[in-house]
Amino acid sequence: MDKWILKYFTLIRVMIALIIGVAVTILMIYLISEYPGESLKYFFTGPLVSKGRLFNILEMAAPMIFCGVAIALSFQADQFNLGAEGSFIIAAAVGTAFAVSTNMPAFIHIPLVLLVAGATGAAWSLIPGILKAKWKASELVSSLMMNYVALYLSLFLINSYFRDLDAGFLVSLRLPETALFTQFLPGTRMHFGIILAVIAALAAYYFLYHTTSGYEFRQTGYNKQFARFGGINIIKVIIMSQVLLGFVAGVGGVSEVMGIHGRFLWQGFPNYGWDGIIVAIIGRSHPILIIFSSLLLAYLRVGGQVLNLMGDVPAELVNVIQSLIILLITAEAFLGQWKYRITRRQAEKEEAAK
Amino acid sequence: MKDNILEMKDIFKVYPEGVIANRNVSMDVQENSIHALVGENGAGKSTLMKVLFGITPFQGGSIVYKGKEVSFSNPREAIAAGIGMVHQHLMLAPDLSVAENLILGMEPKKGKLFFDGDTAIKICREASEKFGLAVPPEKKIKDLPIGVRQRVEILKALARNAEILILDEPTAVLTPQETEVLFKTLDGLKKNGKTIIFITHKLSEVTRVADRITVMRDAKAITTRGMEGLDEDKIASLMVGRDISTKRITPPKNIGAAKLSVRNLRYTDEDGVEALKGVNLDIRAGEILGIAGVEGNGQSELAEIIAGLIEPDSGTITLDGKSLLHCTPRQVRELGIAHIPEDRMKNGVAEATTIEENLIVDRYYKKEYNTRGKLHWNFITEKSKELIAQFNILTKNSKTNVGFLSGGNIQKVVVARELSSNPEVIIASQPTRGVDIGSEELIHNLLKAARDEGKGVFLISADLDEVLKLSNRVVVFYNGQITAHFEDASTVRDVDLGPYMLGLKKEEAASGQMDS
Repeated sequence: MDKWILKYFTLIRVMIALIIGVAVTILMIYLISEYPGESLKYFFTGPLVSKGRLFNILEMAAPMIFCGVAIALSFQADQFNLGAEGSFIIAAAVGTAFAVSTNMPAFIHIPLVLLVAGATGAAWSLIPGILKAKWKASELVSSLMMNYVALYLSLFLINSYFRDLDAGFLVSLRLPETALFTQFLPGTRMHFGIILAVIAALAAYYFLYHTTSGYEFRQTGYNKQFARFGGINIIKVIIMSQVLLGFVAGVGGVSEVMGIHGRFLWQGFPNYGWDGIIVAIIGRSHPILIIFSSLLLAYLRVGGQVLNLMGDVPAELVNVIQSLIILLITAEAFLGQWKYRITRRQAEKEEAAK
Repeated sequence: MKDNILEMKDIFKVYPEGVIANRNVSMDVQENSIHALVGENGAGKSTLMKVLFGITPFQGGSIVYKGKEVSFSNPREAIAAGIGMVHQHLMLAPDLSVAENLILGMEPKKGKLFFDGDTAIKICREASEKFGLAVPPEKKIKDLPIGVRQRVEILKALARNAEILILDEPTAVLTPQETEVLFKTLDGLKKNGKTIIFITHKLSEVTRVADRITVMRDAKAITTRGMEGLDEDKIASLMVGRDISTKRITPPKNIGAAKLSVRNLRYTDEDGVEALKGVNLDIRAGEILGIAGVEGNGQSELAEIIAGLIEPDSGTITLDGKSLLHCTPRQVRELGIAHIPEDRMKNGVAEATTIEENLIVDRYYKKEYNTRGKLHWNFITEKSKELIAQFNILTKNSKTNVGFLSGGNIQKVVVARELSSNPEVIIASQPTRGVDIGSEELIHNLLKAARDEGKGVFLISADLDEVLKLSNRVVVFYNGQITAHFEDASTVRDVDLGPYMLGLKKEEAASGQMDS
């Protein structure tokens, strides 16, 4: 038992953090709501009872998976890049611009739009990468600043050149049919982008754990000096990790446009980049786990929406749970004493067995 | 019979990673004596003293000091109670003067606000006279040799009214001559009524100064007793539980031509300090060239330059005639240099990952290990298991995290990787630092075997016994220069090296170059 706990300690810690988060949620609903029983039901089972809401979770999870995987790629190489948000939005804008100004058959148009968007995101993310590699500028600060530049540049591009004057809102022109993902399940907004997100996660997993480049990423992430000492080109890794981050986030951005909205309709940060950080942290930067942490976060969000709609508790409640869970997961010392006691007991037992 | 000033009973200590460092250890220390605490690296000596000094908490047992049970939760409490500790790595502020370091934390004030420099110097002078420890109060620490710095640390503890002075491997950084001065100091302090606990693993020092001794092995105290009837051999067998050979290894039979040649190598570090001032040396096939010298005299920089980790200002390095300058670490390795780094946790391993991943860092990109970028994990596991068996790395699984291994086994992972790359020249920097005697012997034998296979071995070690045991040729480093070259190391004694290590003597135009 002790051995088992030690082996899966990080996973158990995440689980306990989740349980505490949920417990606090229940407590808060009891404190806030006039009829807590109903509210709890809305929150926890609400997302699961209708087909529409169930697929809402999947739709919502897709951009989270894209951004979470993107960020995990940089986390694994020990780069704390916050630029997923910027790459996401600027790739969506440039991808939209490209899609509405070109005309070709769908089987070329779709991959080309994805590629253009991915390349845009990658190029955008390359800037903090180069700044870091060349001048040791903190990627955290530069990528964060670049997010604002990306946002306003995107808005300028869409609002000035690709605005749909007939729409009555500040949105872009609608993408031509040839550049849209078909929504393949009637009655839902399920689209190919969701499948693409899962493929991206699987590909990232394969890349990180089964290729030489992924090995270089992880060793650099574990210990830069060791990686350099062993002959790994860590400058290349730093730059490549940021480029991949931008590419994946960029594809995620445009596939939101291609799958859900059909046009670029943001006027502020969509915040998927931040969600990406959250799911990457909960998923311990492991691409497969990130699929699940994204689904979990999307489930909580949908639950919050249902609660907001049907009950008397505001949806912001979800933010509280979310923050609490992250706090508990990132606080290294959380459950540290417990682990220490088990480690000690285990050491004494092995001692006695000698 | 003197009274016991300190009794530690059944101290039990487990580190958070699960390593048991003290297993019900007991020791008692008599007042006004010099007490040696000996044991191999990793036997738990330093941990026991950290427990006493309040640096680390313990889980079981009790400490009785001056008849009262105590438990210090931090060093400040221990110092207040009259216990002082001088760490192996001296904890002084290099940019402050001796006097300023001495009064750190108990600064004399002018008025309420201002630091009183003159009084500080006065306090320093008085303490210096009272305890007979000569130090220059106004000099900056960074301008002083290590022996004097250590004296400042000792004085610092004494100025805080220490009754018990703990010295953690004080001689590790000293030359034989400086060691002798230290021992005279300790004798003087004993006459002054102080009690000294002295951690070491050098047995000659124990027989020289200690009144009583505690021997530790495997986290246990084997014995605490007076020195009567003990000689070095007896202590050694108590320490390791068996006989060990400290004899020099047989000299090499077939020495070939120079493999690695370093000429006029100069290097200035980031702080503008000239770390290497024109170094010349050769390493020949089939020999072990030892570098003796107090740490920080340019040896580390030399190793890192050869390995391609830092760029020199000028000079040349060639391996079999090919230049190593401007090569990346990978290119240097491909040309046939292996490097056991001096700090294994910093450069040698990534502790949060598996043994396998640590073993392949210099070769994962090679043909056998991947096909078009896809790693062959089965093959890697198989190879890793071979290395684990061949180098006697104690682990159940090749997928265990390196961080879970003991120091000696971590070092074996490093050595296994570096020696299995089939190098031409091996740079071994502090290859046995902090490892147990069993691993030390294994590593020594492996280096000897590599030498006998015709490889050139470049041994950098702060441990003179190690240098003299393995090397057939020795050069001494001082202040970025070579100060002596002993072509035949078989008759050299450690005291012969001391004056050169301190820069007191220097051979005219000394170099490690061989005429061919």
